[in-house]
Amino acid sequence: MVALGVAVLLAAALVYTSFSASTEAKQPSQLLGAAPGTSADLTGRVVQGSIEQEGEGLRFRVADRDGGGESIPVTYSGTVPDPFRGGREIVLTGEVENGVFVGERDTLVTKCPSKFTTNDS
Amino acid sequence: MTASLGGVALALAFLAALFAVVAALAARKGDRRWVLASRRAVYATCALLTLCVALIEIAFANDDFSFSIVQQHSSIQTPAFYKLAAMWSSQEGSLLLWAWVLSIASSLALYATRDRLREIVPYATAVMAGVASFFTGLMLFAGGVNPFSTLSPVPADGVGLNPLLQHPSMMIHPPMLYSGYVAFTIPFAFAIGALVTRRLDASWIRATRRFALIAWALLGFGLLLGARWSYTELGWGGYWAWDPVENAALMPWLIGTAFLHSIMVQEKRSMLKVWNACLIVATFALALLGTFLVRSGVLQSIHAFGDSTVGPYILGLIAVVLIGSTALIVSRLDDLRSQKRIDSLASREAVFVVNNLLLVGLCATVFWGTFFPLIAELFTGERASLAAPWFDRYTTPLAIGLVLFTGVGPLLAWRRVSWASARRVFLVPGAMAVALAVLLVLFTDAAAEQWAFALFVFAAFALVGLGQEFWRGAAARRSLRGGSLPAALVGIVTRNRRRYGGYVVHVGIVILLIGVAASSSFQTNRDVRLAPGERATVDGRTVTYERPTVAVDEQKFTLGAVVRVGQDGKSFVLRPSRRFLRPTGTSGGTISSFFDGEATTEVGLQAGLGSDFWIAMRPDVTAVLGQAQAADEGFRACVRGAPGTPPQCRAVSQLMRAAAADPALRPSAAAQIQGLQEATAARIAKTYLEDGTPATFRVIVDPLVTWMWIGGLIALAGALIAIWPARRPRRAPIADNELEALKEAKYREIRDAELDHAAGKLSDEDYALLDAELRKEAVEILDSANGKPQKVVQS
Repeated sequence: MVALGVAVLLAAALVYTSFSASTEAKQPSQLLGAAPGTSADLTGRVVQGSIEQEGEGLRFRVADRDGGGESIPVTYSGTVPDPFRGGREIVLTGEVENGVFVGERDTLVTKCPSKFTTNDS
Repeated sequence: MTASLGGVALALAFLAALFAVVAALAARKGDRRWVLASRRAVYATCALLTLCVALIEIAFANDDFSFSIVQQHSSIQTPAFYKLAAMWSSQEGSLLLWAWVLSIASSLALYATRDRLREIVPYATAVMAGVASFFTGLMLFAGGVNPFSTLSPVPADGVGLNPLLQHPSMMIHPPMLYSGYVAFTIPFAFAIGALVTRRLDASWIRATRRFALIAWALLGFGLLLGARWSYTELGWGGYWAWDPVENAALMPWLIGTAFLHSIMVQEKRSMLKVWNACLIVATFALALLGTFLVRSGVLQSIHAFGDSTVGPYILGLIAVVLIGSTALIVSRLDDLRSQKRIDSLASREAVFVVNNLLLVGLCATVFWGTFFPLIAELFTGERASLAAPWFDRYTTPLAIGLVLFTGVGPLLAWRRVSWASARRVFLVPGAMAVALAVLLVLFTDAAAEQWAFALFVFAAFALVGLGQEFWRGAAARRSLRGGSLPAALVGIVTRNRRRYGGYVVHVGIVILLIGVAASSSFQTNRDVRLAPGERATVDGRTVTYERPTVAVDEQKFTLGAVVRVGQDGKSFVLRPSRRFLRPTGTSGGTISSFFDGEATTEVGLQAGLGSDFWIAMRPDVTAVLGQAQAADEGFRACVRGAPGTPPQCRAVSQLMRAAAADPALRPSAAAQIQGLQEATAARIAKTYLEDGTPATFRVIVDPLVTWMWIGGLIALAGALIAIWPARRPRRAPIADNELEALKEAKYREIRDAELDHAAGKLSDEDYALLDAELRKEAVEILDSANGKPQKVVQS
């Protein structure tokens, strides 16, 4: 009985906090007109040739995953995973400020390239 | 040719596995010929899959690019070592690895049980061979994942293995994880057999316990290697990111840990049968889920290897496993229920139940967090994900609870412990934990991080408690047999491998968690941007960027740094660097193509027992890239012979024109151009040395992180001790009935109680009471074994 009670409590806490602690995943096209202060997990593809060093951080643009549409400018500082470069899919937590997506330090995740599948360029 | 041979071998392996299923089901009435046939069919599957793996590996070693798998994942330049490891970087190769390891494990399990468990084995064989035929069938029929598909015409070279995967860990990390996943099939299969035949005593557990332990150790070692790889190679300095694929391997490991503990309760007390059946089903389903997650791409992960065709099939198998097993368990509930209850909360079995709940709670938390993106999408229509802090919030207290019970469990005896006995064993560890707490508060700022502080204190309690177990065990043995203390230690461990091997695992895990707590709570982590000659101070250490380094060869352009780190008058030098690789499979090309491929970080690491100093470099390549592009443009102009090109270009232009006319000249022209490009690349590299371009360094001072690796290895050693077969004269063949199983378990219980008493864990009164109880039960078992019409009381 005690165990069951604890389990129910834990489950309730998990459900409750996960919805409040999570951040929504958005593509650049969904963020372009977003109000300042909107926080999100930005997912999309890094625009080829857009990566520039800026002080200790980076500045680049991210477009929707299918490559179409407008891209959003992004600033980010912190660790850069090895696979990060133009054309790669990334996920970055942060918020929109003045039309620029400001990434939180050390939250950049780069999806592994697919030298793993047969039909990839 | 070899490809078609392989294709035939794979098809035969599939048929052999199918035949094994049919033969095993035909054998369920006990016909020995069918039993033998099904077992041999499993051996044949294993032999055929071994041939398949050998053919693939030979194709990799010989650069046989007619194999599409070789062309896609290797190249002539790929180092030989990685050619062999490239098999499992591919989807089809990892499926083959799965099936192969499964066939080996199944063959071993069937060999080990060849004279035992006659009723259960046919069903277990059917399950194991069924899973094997699923995976071989997947390769044959799912499309696009046949490892023996060929290319025509045969390409001259392959795409190459992703440089990020070219790390020694690649050779062992994936196979370890896969083997861990796969080996859990064995206990699962025998559990299903036991459920179907209603042979629900502990005999199936005793037959497969070792496989569960091997699976657990392999999975754990795979996780540890992955963490180490991430720490030293991926350039972010962490070892765990709550990435879905990491979680996918952690979940079956956690439930497997719970299973390894709770089966002891079933063996000793015939309790928790429903729970154990559920745990092993969950472990196997999670192992399949792990395989699925690695390969499906449904969740965002750094390990996402692209969408694949096999995902839906594996999901289907998971559904079949879950629905089928649940139905089976529900239909057997009456046989599974135990009439007994736990005697006392102060007993080892009670602690095991608590530890099981904590482990399952941990797994549930990780599961929820991992699949939250899908859950959120279901409810809100938006994908949302949970970050590391959410995971930490729940897993930290649960892990601390586990450490506490890791300390409490071994100190308690089975059944019940009186206050007097408890006081005796808890006194020293408790006092030491309190002493450590006082010391930490007085002399360090560890108390500022309350969770880490709690973990340190509980860890001290657990370690001292475990040390006391060894000490008292050895002392008891010495008083009986004399000899030196080390000899006595070796003696108790070799005579009680399961118990003391388990304790060694506990020591390792506690040390590992100390490392995790210290390195995550007290880490210093900074980015500094330095020009050559500049210095910064990080956590009391001066970090001086002494000078840049460059190296250029055919495949990579390496920008590095010589960094001197000084503290308290001593200093050492680290050389972090970043390698820019040409796209895999090309060695020539433009100079700027160095920056078109992958880049990998080589970190500088000074490891120490106290703390690690970790540094990674991110050079600013803007200037170098600009020069490379300008040089490429110059080369193109030269080759075209455009008007206004400098005089030294004319030779090149003439050469190119001549080569265009006469194919015989082309190789030498190409060589000359390449030589010029190399010289130019070297010149550009030299300007980088002189420019004084600043670079960004990530500097991490990580306390006690080395303890993680040491703790992990200790745990692995403990698992090996527990797995290693005991060297004792073989008694009469282990009879295959419930009474024998009960008898043997009872003997072991009596022996354990003796040991606990000798080691001072049980007071004289407690021991007298328990021993009388156990002996009475043993006599009852013996009576009924001798055919007396007496009811067996399984108490």
